[in-house]
Formats: sequence, structure tokens, C-alpha cells
Amino acid sequence: MTKENKKVVLRIVISAALFALSLIFGKTAAVSLLLSIAAYVTVGYDVVITAVKKLLRGRALDESFLMCIASIGAMAIGELHEGIFVMLFYKVGELFEHIAVERSRRSITALLEKMPQSVTVMRGGEECILLPEEVVVGDTVVLKPGDKAAVDGRITEGFASMDTSAITGESAPRSFGPGDEIVSGYINLNGSIQLRAEKEFYDSTVYKIMEMVESATMKKSKAEHFITKFAKVYTPIVVALAALLAFLPPAFSGYADFSVWLHRAFVFLVVSCPCALVISVPLSFFGGIGNVSRKGILIKGSNYIELLSRVHTVAFDKTGTLTDGNFTVARVETNDFDRQLLLALAASVESHSAHKLAVPICAAVEHSHMQVEDFVEAAGLGVRARVDGKAVACGCRRWMVESGVEGLCADTNETSVYVAVDGVYAGRIILEDTPRENAKAVLTDLRKNGAERICVLTGDHASNAQRLKTLLPIDALEAGLLPGDKVNCIEDYLPAGVTCFVGDGINDAPVLGRADVGFAMGAMGSDVAIEAADVVLLNDDLAGVSEAVRISKKTVRIVKQNIIFAISVKLLVLVLGACGVAGMWEAVFADVGVSVIAILNAMRLLWSR
Amino acid sequence: MKKMGKIEKLCCAHCAALIQEKIAQLDGVQEVSISFITQRIAMQIDESKADAIVMQAERIVKDIEPDCVLKF
Repeated sequence: MTKENKKVVLRIVISAALFALSLIFGKTAAVSLLLSIAAYVTVGYDVVITAVKKLLRGRALDESFLMCIASIGAMAIGELHEGIFVMLFYKVGELFEHIAVERSRRSITALLEKMPQSVTVMRGGEECILLPEEVVVGDTVVLKPGDKAAVDGRITEGFASMDTSAITGESAPRSFGPGDEIVSGYINLNGSIQLRAEKEFYDSTVYKIMEMVESATMKKSKAEHFITKFAKVYTPIVVALAALLAFLPPAFSGYADFSVWLHRAFVFLVVSCPCALVISVPLSFFGGIGNVSRKGILIKGSNYIELLSRVHTVAFDKTGTLTDGNFTVARVETNDFDRQLLLALAASVESHSAHKLAVPICAAVEHSHMQVEDFVEAAGLGVRARVDGKAVACGCRRWMVESGVEGLCADTNETSVYVAVDGVYAGRIILEDTPRENAKAVLTDLRKNGAERICVLTGDHASNAQRLKTLLPIDALEAGLLPGDKVNCIEDYLPAGVTCFVGDGINDAPVLGRADVGFAMGAMGSDVAIEAADVVLLNDDLAGVSEAVRISKKTVRIVKQNIIFAISVKLLVLVLGACGVAGMWEAVFADVGVSVIAILNAMRLLWSR
Repeated sequence: MKKMGKIEKLCCAHCAALIQEKIAQLDGVQEVSISFITQRIAMQIDESKADAIVMQAERIVKDIEPDCVLKF
């Protein structure tokens, strides 16, 4: 708690004590009066001063002024204790608001506050200690066990196990080695590494994340715009009604019961501030944004939260997004050649290659004990070797054709490794990339959360993509698309409802922009993706999409709850107050109570999973 | 052009909304957004009127919340 807030707590406590005393000594009018005034001044002097200051600048509808009128007015017409109670509780409510806002503000800067105060850099062969801001691109940063990376960079030397949770939300440590990218915010758990700084402190990920979360609240939601408009008209209307209530009805009875109606007018003034809404609504959206940011999901605006809560269509890019970029053997096609033998021969050769298609082929065969000699790799084209005396060549179709191999089967546009034995075409191995492990769960979750259409857009060939339809709950599949076609698909989906697109960002910038909400996956370090997307998934986990939707729905639900709750209670008090059923005790309790409940409800998001 | 800044010691959400509205009415301001929670202000303004806008914005803030400090 800040010093200022602590002082306010003290004042409230003293005032409450004085108030209690004044009630106890209620019989002795003078003592009671003195204690009451002391109680009022202790807790409310700053409100009175502010009210006067603002009144002098022409701000008569300010809540400080209205509260003063209500409380002092109540005391003036003989309701001494009510007047004090109103001011006391008003300050309690204000304190609560301040603490809640302060806590929320600290939650984002917390990320930055935990950054290291110094960085060890090698300059001129010597280790020097610098401030994070002093590191320049190209510097060699040394990270010893326990150190937290202050800038983004690439490992040049050493291996380490690192805690990435500050950025990705993943609690399990990950291993990194030379050539790997390290992002600021990672903590080195063991191992000593050196890295080449690729960004300066203010360009590095952890700083940018904090910036993004802070700026996210600048993009306002429709709910926030509504509240602003509502607040503008609510206060003047209620104050006007209060004035009417004070002067109109008593006119009929010749002002005999003026104080009764004046009292009811004061009740109106107490409920005239829509603070509960004005604070709790933005706080709710902030809570939602903060909640997902701790899971490595960055939503760039409150308006996106609203859109996600109403998601209708989700379109996914295929390769690298729904699939994890790893291939497996789908089937082996030959004319007369023995399939098992073909696979075994190919695997023997491919075992010497690190190509992304070599790996699955080798994985499909248990270690073959064939003799492999004279291995040669033509990068990107194929491999050949002598296996048990036979000349085996495996590679892409073009390479086969260029090497003079004839009699190839028809080209079906499927990812294949063609195999020729002793110069004669023997068959081919067809591969496909597999969906991510959690793809099915994520898509099912999305449907549960309201997504009505799930589509896959891919530049890949139809036959490759077809299998996905059998494995995953997909509604539509568009294959063979050029980047421009993807934008057209999105435009076709837009009229039906909120349309999201999930892609890897690098080639998808226009699509991300056209969709209502664009998600970029695996976007660590990719500036293009971070710029183009509306939601950035830092930890390359597809589950971020369903999680973002889930939290968005929760946020909007809480916002609606708060709005309905606050407005209904205030209306109720206004009606009951006009009838004389509700007094100032009830009014201020309702006002502050509503505020506290709405704020607590909003803070739920920041604290919960 | 975009102009971002900080509004410190902003303690009244209502006032934040009022400040935002008044700044939005200034000549040369296309868009302005104030976030009460993060104490930040972002404006889309006419580059040629930038200095005048900043001065007027500071005056508006002082008018509505005397304790507030506007920093660009």
C-alpha cells in the first residue's frame, strides 16, 4: 500500500472511532456534536477542499462537490450521523478503488521490475558490467547460472537449461545451445553461455511485451465507450432529478415538509456518481489482458476481447500452424517392387541425411543392417549410396527426371520421396505432415466456446490436406491457395460473423489484417508477425487460441454482470429513495458496496487462471 | 502523427474520461485515447499543430485535475 493510502486508512479509522464515540455520547448534545464534526473533518477535509477547488473552476457536477452537498446538507437538516456516515463510507469506497487500481498497475510493471539491474558484457576481451540500456547490437553478453537475459540474442557458445516462464508461461525448463535464439526474460538455470545481442534493451521482447500490454487498454471496447457516454448523462440527470425532488413536491404542501424532500434529494446525490461502472469496466478488460499475458498470449486491445467473445469462424493456416511441421510416412507405392524392401533401402540411405524428409523415413524402419557405402547428398534434391551392392537413389521428382530415371508414376502433387534402384524407378514414399498433438483438443474447445465454423486454408495440395479432415473436427478445407486467395476466403467468411485467422505471420500479414482478429503463432522475435497480428502467441502453442477465446468470454461476461448489477441497484435505490423507503445509509452502502463488488468481480480475472 | 504520453497522478476515472473528451475537441486532434488504468495517453494529431495541441492539452489536464502531470 502506498504511503498516501496508509494515511487515508488512518484517517478513516480515527474518524470511525470518533463517530462511534459520538453515538455513545449521543445524549450530551454538545459533546456529540463536537465528536461528530471532528469525525467528519478528519475523514472528509480533503474532499471538501477538492470540491471547492473544482467548483471555482466551474466543475459543479464533480463527485466531491455532490458528496459534500449530500453529507453537509444531511447534517444541516438534523441528520448529523447520516451525514458523517456518508462521508466515511465514501472515503472507504474511494480507498478501495485506489488500492485496486494500484494493484493492477503494478501487475504489468512487475514484469519489468524483475529485470536485471546489470548485464555482463565482453568488451575488448574483458568482462565489464553494464546497465541493460547500455548493451548494443553485436555485444557479447555472458549469462552465468541464475542470470536473467536482459536483451534478445543468439547463443554463440555454451549450452544451458532455461526458465522461459516469464515470457511463455511454460513452467518446464527448455534446453538451448549454440545458434538458438534467447529472448529477454529467460532465466539461465544452469550452464554458462555467451550470446550475441541482437536487439537493444528497449527493442527486446520483455520491454515490448510490457509496452503492448500497457497499450492494449488504449484500444477501447464498445462497452467502455458505452460507459463513458452513460456516465456523461447519468450524473446530470440524477442531479437534475434531485433538484426537482427537493423543490417540486414540497411546493404542493407549502414547503411544510421541505426537509423530508430535501433529504430524499440528498439520497439521490449520493447515488449520482457512476464510479462503480467507470472503474470496473476498464479494469475488467485490463484483467483479461493481464491474465492471458501471463500465459504468453498478448491481446493487443480491449476491442479484440469483445470480438473474440463472439467468435463465429476460425480459419487456420495449415503447415506449421495446425501441423507441427514434422512429417510421417503415409504410404509406400511401388509397381512390383517389394514395399518393405523399398522402405528399408531408402531408410538405409536417408539415415546419413539430416533432411526433414529423411527423418520420418528412417523412423518408419527399424534399424536395417544393410551395408551403406559411397553416400552422396545433393542438397535439396536427393541422396544416393550403395546399399548392399545396389545403387539406390532417393530424392525429389525433378531430380529423378533430370538424372534420367524413366517410368515414374503419375505426379499426384503429394509430398514424395522417389526411389530408384540401379537406375530403375522402383517406387515412391509418400509423406504427410501431422497435426499438432493438441490440435483436436483445441478445435473441440473452440467449438465448445462458440466457434461455429472451423476452416483450414492452405497453399498445400488438396490430397495432402484431405487427411486432416478425417482427423480433426473441421468444417471446410480450402487447398491450393495463393496468399491473395486466402484474403478472399476471409472476406467470404466475414459476413457470417466474427472471423479469426491463425497463421505463422511471416507470409500472412495481409490475411491477419483482413480478419477481425488475427493470431500470429510462434512469433517470438518475428517483428513482422508482432506488427501484423492482433493477438500474438509467444509460446507457439495452439492452445493459446482457445484460451484467448475462453478468457475473452469470461471477461465480457463479468463486464455484463457488473453493468447490469450496478445500474439495477442504483435505479432501485433511486426509486426507493424517492418514495422515502431508502435513506442515506442504504444509499451510500449501495453505492460503495456496488463499487466494491464490481471491482472485486473485475479483479477476479487478474487473479484467476 | 502519433503522440504517446503519460498522465501521472490520475486518480479519478471520471476525470480521465472528461479530459479525453475535451482533448478530442481540440483543433487538429483526430483521435485520442486515455487509459485510466495504465495512466497513458495516445493521440493521433496533425503534425503541424503538435506544439499548440500539447500546450492546450496540458492546460485542460491542469483545469480538470490540478494534481495531474501530463508528460510527452
